[in-house]
Amino acid sequence: MGAYLLRRVAIIVPTLLFASILIFGLQQLLPGDPAMVLAGEERDPAVIAHLRETMHLDRPFPVRYAYWLRGVLHGDFGESLRMQQPVRALIADKLPVTLELAGIAIVIALVIGIPAGVVSAVHRGTGWDYAANAVALWGLSTPNFWLGIMLILLFSVTLGWLPASGYVSPLENLRANLAAMILPAFVLGNAIAAVLMRHTRSAMLQVLSSDYVRTARAKGVRERDVILKHALRNALIPIITLGALEFGTLLSGAVLTEQVFTIPGFGKLIVDAVFNRDYAVVQGVVLFTATAYILLNLVADVLYAVANPRMRLG
Amino acid sequence: MTTICRRVLVTLACTLAFAVSAHAQTTLRIGLAEDPDVLDPTLARTFVGRIVFSALCDKLFDIDEKLAIVPQLAESYQWAADSKALTIKLRPGVTFHDGEKLDADAVKYSLERHKTMPGSNRRGELAPLASVDVVDPMTVRLNLSAPFSPLLAQLADRAGMIVSPKAAQAEGDKFGAHPVCAGPYKFVERVAQDRIVLERFPNYWNKDAVHIDRIVYLPIPDSTVRLANLRSGQLDFIERLAPSDVPQVKSDARFKLTKITEIGYQGITINVGKSDLAQKNPLGRDPRVREAFELALDRDGIVQVAMDGEADVGNQWVAPTNAFYAKNVPIPKRDVARAKALLKEAGVTNPSFTLMTPTTADAQRIAQVVQAMAREAGFDVKIQSTEFATSLDQADKGQFDAYVLAWSGRADPDGNIFSFDACKQPLNYAGYCKPDVDDLLKRSRTTLDVNERKKVYADLAAIALRDRPIVYLYHRHWLWAYTNKLDGLQSIPDGLVRVTGVRFK
Repeated sequence: MGAYLLRRVAIIVPTLLFASILIFGLQQLLPGDPAMVLAGEERDPAVIAHLRETMHLDRPFPVRYAYWLRGVLHGDFGESLRMQQPVRALIADKLPVTLELAGIAIVIALVIGIPAGVVSAVHRGTGWDYAANAVALWGLSTPNFWLGIMLILLFSVTLGWLPASGYVSPLENLRANLAAMILPAFVLGNAIAAVLMRHTRSAMLQVLSSDYVRTARAKGVRERDVILKHALRNALIPIITLGALEFGTLLSGAVLTEQVFTIPGFGKLIVDAVFNRDYAVVQGVVLFTATAYILLNLVADVLYAVANPRMRLG
Repeated sequence: MTTICRRVLVTLACTLAFAVSAHAQTTLRIGLAEDPDVLDPTLARTFVGRIVFSALCDKLFDIDEKLAIVPQLAESYQWAADSKALTIKLRPGVTFHDGEKLDADAVKYSLERHKTMPGSNRRGELAPLASVDVVDPMTVRLNLSAPFSPLLAQLADRAGMIVSPKAAQAEGDKFGAHPVCAGPYKFVERVAQDRIVLERFPNYWNKDAVHIDRIVYLPIPDSTVRLANLRSGQLDFIERLAPSDVPQVKSDARFKLTKITEIGYQGITINVGKSDLAQKNPLGRDPRVREAFELALDRDGIVQVAMDGEADVGNQWVAPTNAFYAKNVPIPKRDVARAKALLKEAGVTNPSFTLMTPTTADAQRIAQVVQAMAREAGFDVKIQSTEFATSLDQADKGQFDAYVLAWSGRADPDGNIFSFDACKQPLNYAGYCKPDVDDLLKRSRTTLDVNERKKVYADLAAIALRDRPIVYLYHRHWLWAYTNKLDGLQSIPDGLVRVTGVRFK
């Protein structure tokens, strides 16, 4: 297990280095001059020249990359030119917000997705199955921004139960925080619940038709135990991987959801930074996200190995 | 005994009620269409930032509903006989939010900071300002390299904002994180992309006109969500309501609506000399083709479709209601037959060009309507939707035929025309350059007499509006929706929300 872990961790370093080159390089390919966008309406040439110098835009690509990488290795992601705040501070500020949103969204997705998948598989071909499938299809095909606005209109404008947008820190007021988070978390979790439901269903169907389940049933194990203890546990292995992979979906979904609900999280940070060509923020946030993504995959692999010892050899 | 008890109870209840109302904080929650940039008047560059500044930082001058200059931190002013110096007498008894006194030294410091700070966005606005003299503790003299008529208007915007020298020196280029000015409200906190909180400044020079304790600005870019927040009671005021939402607000008795015609404009910039492309396309090459293009457009129709009627049609850099509107060039009526004849005369009956447009809904709609209207005269317009930053880059490089572009406007007409039509100016995306136009633009800056300036602008309009580097279409309405409990809002055409005088009924 130790050797396996070491091997997996060793791969991370070149992966991250490659990701950093990609992030920096792709950003340079973005059309539009960042100095010009940041110079505002007036676009004073002196201001543009000053911004170019500050952003090292007057230097060649490898030099700019080296500047950035050196900073990153020292824990300095640069400074947002638009907001005049260090990128690290912005990440530290915004990350907990998105993590909370993502956390609640995942809980919602799990609570809806897995039971729905199990029910659908166990009652295959019945009304339950069709209903669960219809809900899943709806969840997958409903655009986040549309669902978000519809929920705002229903729960905030018409019923007046929940705030329409905004964010309150849980440390400030937990109740207000949950009230502000529930709608966006549902919107975000909704699509993932659908994916989880579909995967749980197919994994369960596969496992339920396997020999050991038949054996368990033949032994007279209670149907509830057959499903929950024997079938679901095995079916969960691909679901764990999927859950980790869906974290990416969650982050990209958060971009739109945070925009609609005006939640000052990671997603909103990156969208605003891209439109304003705030390079340091885009690079910092994407690199951070890539790192998080890679680490989560590592965690999934490790969990995989824990759940299935044969994997440790691979 | 019972009566005494009752009286005591009533008195207690009244006292309690009074105490509660005396301490009840009033908070005005304003929904902004964008997140402001840095809150440093020297470095700031966005329109939305100016909305926050109007509560935070007072200026030497301000403008009123009719765009006339009115004193704010200045008490009076006087131009020198040769118009090359402006002496300003300052309002006495003004203090900054940190308790420092606002005097001539502070004004000199702020103006020099605008002029010299690296990355300053005010340098261009104050270009003719050569030096600042402290005449006495409450009087400054601004010495100019040449007469500059837009100076007062510049000093009625960010260039005229005076910051606390003590705070600015201490904070350096991080001043925007904790701005200290002399406005009616002082800075409390800012959570990036979430909120900006200001609190009433008890020592404000005009404190009797300030009735609300706190202001919270919340950037909510989506206009539907902004309106939803207003309707659900989480906001008291929203700026830039979508024109399509006007009927909804009008039909709801809980809200009021204010419409103000902007000082800016919406137009189509045509590449007439920015790059080689100008000569390759008949639209850029031949003024007759541009005239035909303008004649093919029905401005009323464009306003109806693109803006749901929420704009005033116009054909100049200022609205027809503006004192500097050149009456010698009225809004042309749509005339497709004449447009076709002009195209025939120019030898291109079916000119084709690409209309670059930012991806905003307004701009897209304009492009589609323009395309349909111009087709009737024989034009083949290809729409090219381009993300804003990219479109700016292409405009700057001259990689376009025509470009749908709006300008937020400045109080003085110079701010709407000089940088767009003078040779090699940063906003001259059209690449328009004519010595006689340049001369007129310079004259408009050195002429202080209003009637003389009007004549200069009339001469300028006669040339520039015939050459059409920009085809002006309309002037949008600033649309504000707010709770009917709010009173005392001023409708100033710059679209900035001035909170002085505003109160809850």
